[in-house]
Amino acid sequence: LEDHLTGQRDYDLLVIGGGSGGLACAKEAAQLGRKVAVVDYVEPSPRGTRWGLGGTCVNVGCIPKKLMHQAALLGGLIRDAPHYGWEVAQPVPHDWRKMAEAVQNHVKSLNWGHRVQLQDRKVKYFNIKASFVDEHTVCGVAKGGKEILLSADHIIIATGGRPRYPTHIEGALEYGITSDDIFWLKESPGKTLVVGASYVALECAGFLTGIGLDATVMIRSIPLRGFDQQMSSMVIEHMASHGTQFLRGCAPSRVRRLPDGHLQVTWEDRTTGKEDTGTFDTVLWAIGRVPDTRSLNLEKAGVDTSPDTQKILVDSREGTSVPHIYAIGDVVEGRPELTPTAIMAGRLLVQRLFGGSSDVMDYDNVPTTVFTPLEYGCVGLSEEEAVARHGQEHVEVYHAHYKPLEFTVAGRDASQCYVKMVCLREPPQLVLGLHFLGPNAGEVTQGFALGIKCGASYAQVMRTVGIHPTCSEEVVKLRISKRSGLDPTVTGC
Amino acid sequence: MRRAVLGVGRAAAWRIRAGAESGQQRQRSPPLSPVPAPPPPAFRFVSRPGPAGSESETVEQSPPQSPGPGKAGDAPNRRSGHVRGARVLSPPGRRAHLSSPGPSSSSEAREELRRRLRELIERSRVMIFSKSYCPHSTRVKELFSSLGVECNVLELDQVDDGAKIQEVLSGITNQKTVPNVFVNKVHVGGCDQTFQAYQSGLLQKLLEEDSAYDYDLIIVGGGSGGLSCAKEAAILGKKVMVLDFVVPSPQGTSWGLGGTCVNVGCIPKKLMHQAALLGQALCDSRKFGWEYDQQVKHKWETMTKAIQNHISSLNWGYRLSLREKAVAYVNSYGEFVEHHKIKATNKKGQETYYTAAQFVIATGERPRYLGIQGDKEYCITSDDLFSLPYCPGKTLVVGASYVALECAGFLAGFGLDVTVMVRSILLRGFDQEMAEKVGSYMEQHGVKFLRKFIPVMIQQLEKGSPGKLKVLAKSTEGTETIEGVYNTVLLAIGRDSCTRKIGLEKIGVKINEKSGKIPVNDVEQTSVPYVYAVGDILEGRPELTPVAIQSGKLLARRLFGASLEKCDYINVPTTVFTPLEYGCCGLAEEKAIEVYKKENLEIYHTLFWPLEWTVAGRENNTCYAKIICNKLDHDRVIGFHILGPNAGEVTQGFAAAMKCGLTKQLLDDTIGIHPTCGEVGNRRF
Repeated sequence: LEDHLTGQRDYDLLVIGGGSGGLACAKEAAQLGRKVAVVDYVEPSPRGTRWGLGGTCVNVGCIPKKLMHQAALLGGLIRDAPHYGWEVAQPVPHDWRKMAEAVQNHVKSLNWGHRVQLQDRKVKYFNIKASFVDEHTVCGVAKGGKEILLSADHIIIATGGRPRYPTHIEGALEYGITSDDIFWLKESPGKTLVVGASYVALECAGFLTGIGLDATVMIRSIPLRGFDQQMSSMVIEHMASHGTQFLRGCAPSRVRRLPDGHLQVTWEDRTTGKEDTGTFDTVLWAIGRVPDTRSLNLEKAGVDTSPDTQKILVDSREGTSVPHIYAIGDVVEGRPELTPTAIMAGRLLVQRLFGGSSDVMDYDNVPTTVFTPLEYGCVGLSEEEAVARHGQEHVEVYHAHYKPLEFTVAGRDASQCYVKMVCLREPPQLVLGLHFLGPNAGEVTQGFALGIKCGASYAQVMRTVGIHPTCSEEVVKLRISKRSGLDPTVTGC
Repeated sequence: MRRAVLGVGRAAAWRIRAGAESGQQRQRSPPLSPVPAPPPPAFRFVSRPGPAGSESETVEQSPPQSPGPGKAGDAPNRRSGHVRGARVLSPPGRRAHLSSPGPSSSSEAREELRRRLRELIERSRVMIFSKSYCPHSTRVKELFSSLGVECNVLELDQVDDGAKIQEVLSGITNQKTVPNVFVNKVHVGGCDQTFQAYQSGLLQKLLEEDSAYDYDLIIVGGGSGGLSCAKEAAILGKKVMVLDFVVPSPQGTSWGLGGTCVNVGCIPKKLMHQAALLGQALCDSRKFGWEYDQQVKHKWETMTKAIQNHISSLNWGYRLSLREKAVAYVNSYGEFVEHHKIKATNKKGQETYYTAAQFVIATGERPRYLGIQGDKEYCITSDDLFSLPYCPGKTLVVGASYVALECAGFLAGFGLDVTVMVRSILLRGFDQEMAEKVGSYMEQHGVKFLRKFIPVMIQQLEKGSPGKLKVLAKSTEGTETIEGVYNTVLLAIGRDSCTRKIGLEKIGVKINEKSGKIPVNDVEQTSVPYVYAVGDILEGRPELTPVAIQSGKLLARRLFGASLEKCDYINVPTTVFTPLEYGCCGLAEEKAIEVYKKENLEIYHTLFWPLEWTVAGRENNTCYAKIICNKLDHDRVIGFHILGPNAGEVTQGFAAAMKCGLTKQLLDDTIGIHPTCGEVGNRRF
């Protein structure tokens, strides 16, 4: 406090939270010659899972998720292989332990990489749990209980979010796990019930099914809320036809451990009003995430949060209600909860603070991909949103059902391989949104997101020559409008 | 020029690479500015003259002995039906009526109305949907009147169901206003478009409909370009014939309808590439927890059979779609004999003659031979490889074209012993830094390269499936010769245009004598005005299926539809399906330096490590991407290059963005999709 009283603060910038956004801020500020500290602390999950530096994405999000998704995709490729001449005896069993260990080792190497990067850039890293003392000072508590005071001119809050547990369901906290735990399980989760309809729920259920486990998704209302609903129902359709079971319109009421160790889940079918039960080895809650703001003592600093969501309220320049305190990433109200968004917002913020820049983050047309067994990539508006904003009469949707070339020889079903482009109807038919369901959807969507950023019109996309034979070429060959009522099935080259 | 080599995990970074900051050099080429959008695509009625199918089948199964039996007379009649049919002719301003029968439901009524409108349009030489008080409609009517052209007019304000008609019309033409003008079934548009068409000469062209020829259009060559042109012309209501004949390769391989891409190109190549990738996936899968002990072997015959089955289904699909669109397909070799006349010779040597108002040459190319002792007797080419009934075994691939590298890549992927003999450089015409990286990845994965050698003689040591061949090669730099023994020798040294034996000299179509390619203007027209050409045989155009398809389709629309849109050959993306795929769009670095000068370029590049490769234990510092920006034009991206998994899927969208004038700034502003290989373009730190 002494430094504080003399007006000398420890750091130019203090970042609370060592996830994607926080680390990006810290590194950028250090690069601009500032004195920077990052504080990061992982509160163990109710099941005791903990991890290293890097935040959700690296430890319990994108990275392990995509790797387990890849493991599941490889399972599909193993089944394709005999069609292509490879003599593999089927079925091939999968060993969870081996996969999990490989994935966890990779994550640990990333934790280490982040530590090294901070060190290289002379960013001070504290593994402490932080809470505000006043608007320029943070108190950190280390694992052993030792306290430390840190003061800074600017403070960025980037503490992210954690999975939400249901509060009213008996046994939920005691017996259930979340995405904080699944990637760190040493043993296979076995027969799993995934509760929730978020992309996290569908992705987890998808890869569990893909590696040969019995997986069931329990959805109370609509899947993938906020995403295009036609695409979302096709995602579900594909998963259902590939072995994932769905309990639609159902809500769990109780989880109990049976004497044999299995978990008995009781749920209510909301349409019939009947109660039903099932036994599982694992129950995974994926019903949403809550911001990690409660232990921050934000009121001490005077930082306002939303009373509904507890998320931090910021302006378009990421500023909170306190002039020198900012917030980025999943902890912020009304922002897309995506790693690359947090990184870019963080970097731009620091460039404004210390680099003389005035560029603000543009949250429009953020592309994303859901890594369900059949991947769903999208950018821009959903069809519903486009219609809501512009009116049915002013929206033209071009679409196609296509069959990836690789599916033909493998004898795979391509019923859900589908692409649609949502455009304004009036020339030059500005592209409002692109939705792609198929293999490598992320890779396909990225470049088109750039195009949309450049103000692409339907005509410009159509003038782009395709790359043959790929799935992405279907996007530049979209000729059939929904309005025409013609069959959108692609035939031949 | 500095190059940053990056290696920490996936935190790959774009680093600036180009040097000089100075340079007041004036821009030498126009910037790639966003192209103005064309008018909305005009709707064209799908007119299917006559019952489909019968012609093509008759011709193919028993070729007629004399020109145009039956069908020759059929066409002019059919055409005159709607041009001269006295019953539909009306003086300008005559009011047409659409009687609407008592409809049972509104959607049925709508369908009925749509059908009647279509009929009206199809039967009228000029059909104008108008409103009697509309001054624009009056102007259009006066225009046709001044041209002495009779037209059919429907005044929508004077019929009971006028509003409904207008609604249906707007649904099918995307035009809500009147006048709404059709000439010979082609939707011209409103008043402005009609006058534009008049000024550009398009209107007159659309009005010229008389012909004494058997066909409106004959297309020589049933590959990607020819078929797309044929189908589009047929959709526009034209009488179209496709002549397609596959001359067997020296090894006796032949195939069905669809051309190179489908039969001996992109399709089987990508499928074999996929088979090789699956081999890699099998190795990876163990690291991801999949358990199997056995050494997995690859069976060539199983794969080839599956691929050939797929190709057969595509061949069949093409036949079917031509028949559906009433395009006459004749499985004969086409050769011009005099102006507007072509001779078609079938497998049995029977000759038939056909005439057409216009022709499109789309004969494509075939693999080149070395012209040395033993090459045609013992070597195979890509024409033979994909349907080879036996595993090729130890293989020498001669050449460094993308065909050579792709074939060598997948053969090595099956575990075969593969050597590539390269005369000079890899992937000529592609960015050479990328080409070398493609080559070195292959080399690290077991493909051997013999640089600066050319074969001089091929000898057969043993017959068999495969046999044994001795290859004698000499150095291109000295007197050194080497010898090697292989089971198979695959030549992939380039391709020759099929333009020298189709009678082009008889009608005066000029070809480049050296390359055999056909020079065309920007509307794909050859030196003979009624003869056009598309696809690989064009001089100075990319040899790619999607390009041929696009240019064939646009050509048909210009010839027979109300379109003036030309094929845009700028920034055509492509992908080389080598074991590590290479996708690119725009200029190679060498070319960019040549055009814009080094000091005006900024080159950003990065190495990256795909997430899927980490756990699989595959190499870091291998996948690579670079973009080339023009500093004189807002750091506009003029070249995009990526070497990595799914390069084709990644490159496509970047190509679309480049069409929209992508700059480095916009690239920085776009958010990546995490974790993908596509996001490398959007990460900087």
